[in-house]
Amino acid sequence: MIQAILKERWAYLFLILPLILFAVFNFLPMAATILLGFADYFPGGQPIWSGLRNYSYALSDDLFWKALGITMIYTGGVVPASLVISLFLAYVIFGLKTSWAQAIFKSAFYIPVVTSGAILSLVWLWLFNPARGLLNYILSLVGLGPFLWTSDPQMALPSLMFMAIIGGHGAAIVLLTAAMGSIPSSYYEAARLDGASSWRQYWEITLPLLKPTLLYLLVTSTIVSFQVFTQVLMMTSGGPNYETTTLVYLIYVDAFEYFDFGKAAAEATLLSVGLACIAVLQYKWLSTDIEY
Amino acid sequence: MFRYISYILLLLFAGLTLTPLFWIISTALQAPSVVLAFPPNLIPSPASLINFIHLFNGSQILTWMSNSLIVTLTVTLSNVLLGTLAGYTLAKKRFPGRQAIFWMVISLMFIPTQLTIIPLYALIVKLDWINTYMALIVPILIMPFSIFLMKQFLQTLPTELIEAARLDGCGEWGVFQRVILPLAKPGMGVLGIFTFMGVWNEFLWPLIVINRSSMMTLQIGLNTLQNQYYTDYGLLMAGAAVSALPMIIIFLIFQPYFVRSITIGALKG
Repeated sequence: MIQAILKERWAYLFLILPLILFAVFNFLPMAATILLGFADYFPGGQPIWSGLRNYSYALSDDLFWKALGITMIYTGGVVPASLVISLFLAYVIFGLKTSWAQAIFKSAFYIPVVTSGAILSLVWLWLFNPARGLLNYILSLVGLGPFLWTSDPQMALPSLMFMAIIGGHGAAIVLLTAAMGSIPSSYYEAARLDGASSWRQYWEITLPLLKPTLLYLLVTSTIVSFQVFTQVLMMTSGGPNYETTTLVYLIYVDAFEYFDFGKAAAEATLLSVGLACIAVLQYKWLSTDIEY
Repeated sequence: MFRYISYILLLLFAGLTLTPLFWIISTALQAPSVVLAFPPNLIPSPASLINFIHLFNGSQILTWMSNSLIVTLTVTLSNVLLGTLAGYTLAKKRFPGRQAIFWMVISLMFIPTQLTIIPLYALIVKLDWINTYMALIVPILIMPFSIFLMKQFLQTLPTELIEAARLDGCGEWGVFQRVILPLAKPGMGVLGIFTFMGVWNEFLWPLIVINRSSMMTLQIGLNTLQNQYYTDYGLLMAGAAVSALPMIIIFLIFQPYFVRSITIGALKG
C-alpha cells in the first residue's frame, strides 16, 4: 500500500492544491453550516449551542412556509412550461433543412443564457414599468392593461415566472437537438416503411429516446429554479407583501440583513436536504435503462 | 400546415427571446428627453450616445469593468491549469484513492451555494478579506466542475501515447507538458469559456463580500446604479449594454466551445 502510494506520488502532487482548496472553501464551510444550524451565532460573537431551537424557530415561522410555497409555485410553473417549450423549439429547429438556419436559431435562444441575471433583471424591470414600459404599451394596443406587474402582489410572482419562461431555453435546445441527432435514422426508416405518420414517429421513437436528456434537464432545471435569487433581489426585494420571497432570498435576508447566522444555516440545511430529496425522487420515479 | 404554424411559433419565440436585448440597445441609444416617451420609440431617432457619456463620466463603470476583468481572468486561468492537471491525473493515473477522490469531486458539484456561503463569509471576515480581490478569487481558484470536465475530456485520449512518451524518457511533468497539454487544448478552451462566463456573471458572492464601490464587479455595480438613479432608464440600459455586449461577442466568436461545454457537462460520470 505505502509502496503503491510512493510510486504514484506524482498523482498526489498534481491533486494536492485542489484538495486543500476544496477542504478549506467547500468541506469546512459545509460542515460549519450544518453545525451552525444547532447554534446561536451572530458575527463577532461566539457560537452558543442551542440544540434544535433554530429548526423549531424556522419551521414555526409562517414566512418560511410561505417562502417554500412561493418557491414551489415558481418551480412548478417554470420547469414544466420551459421543458415543453424547449422540446417544441428543439424539434422545429432540428427539422430545419439548412444547418445555417439551425445555427442562427440556436444562437438566438442561447444569447439570454450568456447574459447575466443582473442585466436581465434590469431590462425586465424596465419592460415591466407600469407607466412607460414596453409591455404595457404592446398590451394597450389590444386594449389590455395597464398592469402593475412586479408591484402588484397578485402579479409579482407570475411576472417573475413569465420572465423565466421567456428566457433561458438555449442550453436545453442545444442538448435536445444533439440528442435528436444521435438517434439512428434507421429507426425512422423502419417506422416509415411500416407506414407510421410523422406524429406517431415523434411519440414512439423521438420522445422515448429523449427521455434520459429530458430527465437530466428536469433535474437540473428544478434545482436551478428552486434557488432563484438574483431577479428577486434586484426586481422585487421579496415583495410586495412578501409575495416573491423565495427560500434562497429568505436565507439571504436572515443571514446578511438580520445576521442571524444560526437560523439562516438551519434554513440552508433544510433547503439542501430538500433539493437532494427532489433530485433523488425524480431519478427514481422517472429513470429508465434506455440505451441507444 | 402544421409545419408553417410551427415555423411561425419558432419565429415568434425567437423574437420574444431577443426582445430584452433589443430593448437594452434601443433604450441606451435614446436621448434622455425621449426615453420616457409613451408610446415608446422603438427605433431611437435621433440616436444619441449621451447615456454612454453620462455612464462613463458619472459612474465608476470603468473601475467595475477592470475589477471584473481581473477577477474573471485570474479565476479562469487557474481553473484551466489546475483542472487540466487534476483531470489528467484522475483520468489517466492509477493510484490508491483515485475512485474516492473522483466521487468527492462529483458530489461537490451538487452542493448548493447556500450550504457553504454563511461560514465562508465568516471566514472571509476573519481573514480580513472583505472588499479585496482575494475574497473574489481565492475560494474559486479551482471548482469541482473544472476537474470533472477535463477528466471527461482527457479520458478519451489513448493511453498508449503516454506510455510511448515515457519510453522516450519523459518524466511525469514532461508527459504532462509535452503530451497532455497540447492534446488537451480543445477541452481547455471549452472550460475556459465556460468558467469565464460563470465568473463574469456571478452575482451573490460579490454582493456579499464587496460593499465598497471601488472594489465592485460589473454585476453588482449595475445594481447600485439602479438605486442611485432609479428612474434614469437610459443610463441603466447603457450600463446593461456595456456589461452584456462583451459576453455576447465572446459567445458569437467561440460558439462551438459553448455548445461543447453544455454537452460534455451533461454526460454521466
